[in-house]
Amino acid sequence: MINTNNSFKALIVTLLLFIGFNLNAQDKNKKISFYVKGNCEMCKSRIEKASLKLKGVKYVSWNIQSKELNLIMDENKCKVIDIKKTIAAVGHDTDETVADLKIYEALPECCKYRDPNSIHMDHGKSH
Amino acid sequence: MRLLKTFFLSLFTSLVSGQINISGTVLGYSNDRKEIPLSDVNIIWLNSTVGTSTNNAGEFSIPFKKEYGKIVISYVGYQSDTIVANRPNLGKIWLRPDKELEEVTVQKKLNPIQKSLFNIQNVVTVDSREMLKAACCNLSESFETNPSVDVNISDAITGAKQIQMLGLNSPYLLFTQENMPFIRGASQIYGMSFIPGSWVESIQITKGSGSVLNGFESISGQINSELVKPLTDKKLFLNAYANNYERFEINTRYNYKFSENIGTGVYLHANLRNGTIDKNSDSFLDTPLSKQINFMNRWQFLDPKKGWISFLNFQYLLDEKQIGQEDFNPKRDKFTNNNWGSEVNTDRLDVSAKLGYVFPELPYQSFGLQTAFSNHAQNSYYGFNHYDVQHQSFYSNFLFNSIIGSTQHKFKTGLSYTYDSFDESVNSEDMDRSDNSVGGFFEYTYDNLEKLSFVAGIRIDSHNRLNTFITPRLHLRYALWKQSSLRFSIGRGKRAANIFAENQQMFASSRSINIINNSGNIYTLQPEIAWNYGVGFIQKLYINNRSFDFSIDFNRIVFKDQVLIDWENPREISFYNLTGKSFSNSLQIDVNYEIIQNLDIRATYKNYNVELDYNSGSKTKPLQSKHRFFVNLNYETLKKYREGQWRMDLTVNWQGRQRLPNTSENPAPYRLPTSSDAYSIVNGQLTRVLNEKFEIYLGGENITNTTQKIAILGAEDPFGPYFDSTLLYKPVLGHTYYLGFRYKL
Repeated sequence: MINTNNSFKALIVTLLLFIGFNLNAQDKNKKISFYVKGNCEMCKSRIEKASLKLKGVKYVSWNIQSKELNLIMDENKCKVIDIKKTIAAVGHDTDETVADLKIYEALPECCKYRDPNSIHMDHGKSH
Repeated sequence: MRLLKTFFLSLFTSLVSGQINISGTVLGYSNDRKEIPLSDVNIIWLNSTVGTSTNNAGEFSIPFKKEYGKIVISYVGYQSDTIVANRPNLGKIWLRPDKELEEVTVQKKLNPIQKSLFNIQNVVTVDSREMLKAACCNLSESFETNPSVDVNISDAITGAKQIQMLGLNSPYLLFTQENMPFIRGASQIYGMSFIPGSWVESIQITKGSGSVLNGFESISGQINSELVKPLTDKKLFLNAYANNYERFEINTRYNYKFSENIGTGVYLHANLRNGTIDKNSDSFLDTPLSKQINFMNRWQFLDPKKGWISFLNFQYLLDEKQIGQEDFNPKRDKFTNNNWGSEVNTDRLDVSAKLGYVFPELPYQSFGLQTAFSNHAQNSYYGFNHYDVQHQSFYSNFLFNSIIGSTQHKFKTGLSYTYDSFDESVNSEDMDRSDNSVGGFFEYTYDNLEKLSFVAGIRIDSHNRLNTFITPRLHLRYALWKQSSLRFSIGRGKRAANIFAENQQMFASSRSINIINNSGNIYTLQPEIAWNYGVGFIQKLYINNRSFDFSIDFNRIVFKDQVLIDWENPREISFYNLTGKSFSNSLQIDVNYEIIQNLDIRATYKNYNVELDYNSGSKTKPLQSKHRFFVNLNYETLKKYREGQWRMDLTVNWQGRQRLPNTSENPAPYRLPTSSDAYSIVNGQLTRVLNEKFEIYLGGENITNTTQKIAILGAEDPFGPYFDSTLLYKPVLGHTYYLGFRYKL
């Protein structure tokens, strides 16, 4: 799988005469996923923005239903724990980090995921 | 339930505090679709333990608590609902059964015309619901409820509808079908009527030069239509339409899924215009006699695990039109002085294939290959003017998508190749030519995740007639504050004007055709080059809990070179390259608001200032209103579970005065005033949805019966020197009423 992938890419790279783009050695495109608590679209945007701004994070996607954060990162440039810390710093608990109460309290009402009732709130996409 | 919720949110925004009870009745549906009261339903204030339950009649009453704003209603076997308690009596609240989840889509009602806040380009997305608002038999008619595009009738004879954007006619727009160039070259005038409205899933209208991916030709904008897809479309769709002028249309779609991953669709459209209509008694048909058969078979293949996606399309079209004098009989009168008449026969074959691959391990990386082949053959004569064109076209585009570092920096790059061969004959003079171009493009998209994002694209093309040139384009979006966007765009476009195919209406006149040689290699003319500059602002707000959109756009298009179409001498039509200035400034202000529950208004003001330096001096573009107003009202009754619904739609299009081409050299009876009067066109439609499968619609177009009194100059002597059907500023056809139904499974 990995090999076919790479040869595919090699082919494309040649096709497009692409110079200078180092397309993935495996550790440069490390795929990881972990749980992040949150409720809504607003949470999604907050979680994804915070992680994507970290150097080395290439791609993020947080699933509202499953609470799973999928990301692709360059292991040479950052560590998973740093990403988790960054997410906690904007108010969201992960499987390894917990957000400060102060930061958590500052979240909009509908994003206060620690309160089980908050899931019933109106999470209009328009926030 | 959102609908209901908005309903209850309606009038009261402030609340009286104190000991007030909030009451309501909770209802469900029994199996035979009757309303039944639900007893023992849990009613609880959100984020609290304060609650009650309903009695046998489904009624409840709960003391109002200022600190809580919303009530949660929950009942076993039903979906819970949360309602804002902003008035003492919440009235009837319907709960939906859980098991019906699959059948009922619970979603916020989105306006069928969406102006995006986040898209970097100025794109208006029109979904299929919008196409249900008017007869919309074909693509050209589907813009009549949409203010971004102006629909004009090109002349008094052919009945072809012209699309305009930013004050420029449709040849300056790039039409794509599923992102492949579609209405180009020979099909420019009639091509819009070759896409049946019911095949269209959505339309994206981009104002400004747009992306570089689809070529260099777009100057005013791009219009992409997405067709319905076998794997996501309904299994069966049937639609029939008839109007009071004996126009009949039938549309069918049938889709078959072999598995979740492979499906095919067979789509058929047929229309017939059989009515010999001459309401203005000028001996000429007000609307063509025509027939069309349009067939498409498409295949969709999808393998989400491996990341492959593919489409294969075959389309064949046969279209025949007869226009001209009512008594014209082609067999007897063709190329004679008996009667003036014309036939336009087109057959067209389209074959296209798309292949896309998304790297399963890298969701941001993909590549795609698109190829399309078309053969368009039009055989036609207009009186004694004979015009044949066969246009064969091959298009292919290879695209690679990926990121630089992170998805904050995306890029698309690729190569494209286009081949066009025109086998064209104008009054038996051969105008054959073949064009080919090879190009490479690179487009970079930046998103700072907060306020700023932009798309910068560049392409280099080598074209056998347009030489080698660079096409740069930039679109930028900046979020000034919450729910607002400021957009800028700048871009270049270049094209070869197909003067005959694009201006066929000139053949239905006694004008002589005059091309002023400029030693170019496109009919001796030089290519057209223009820059499009745009700035726009959009603000979305909630006023009284209803969404309100306001937007203002200004665009300026400046031609560096242009092929002017000069109608200013009533004896001739001249084509020549621009020597002075030519620009088009357009301003558009839009307001969308839901005035009361389910009543939406869309209002637009447009101001155009299009000036061209003709050889006879600088003039504003003829047959172009400086001011236009547009109002659309749409009302829908509340959609109840498993019940019918009414939908009503009314559109008023007001056009200000238009400058008319100079006719002062004609004898007095064949002169027109220097400008036309302002007028308005009113269209309306009423739809009755009987159930989720069947709906009937009744509509009227041009209800106020606004027509041009003398639509054709010299109609009494069509072989004389003053015959001219091109000076049309008002509709020819008076009020039209239609009836149709749609059935879907």
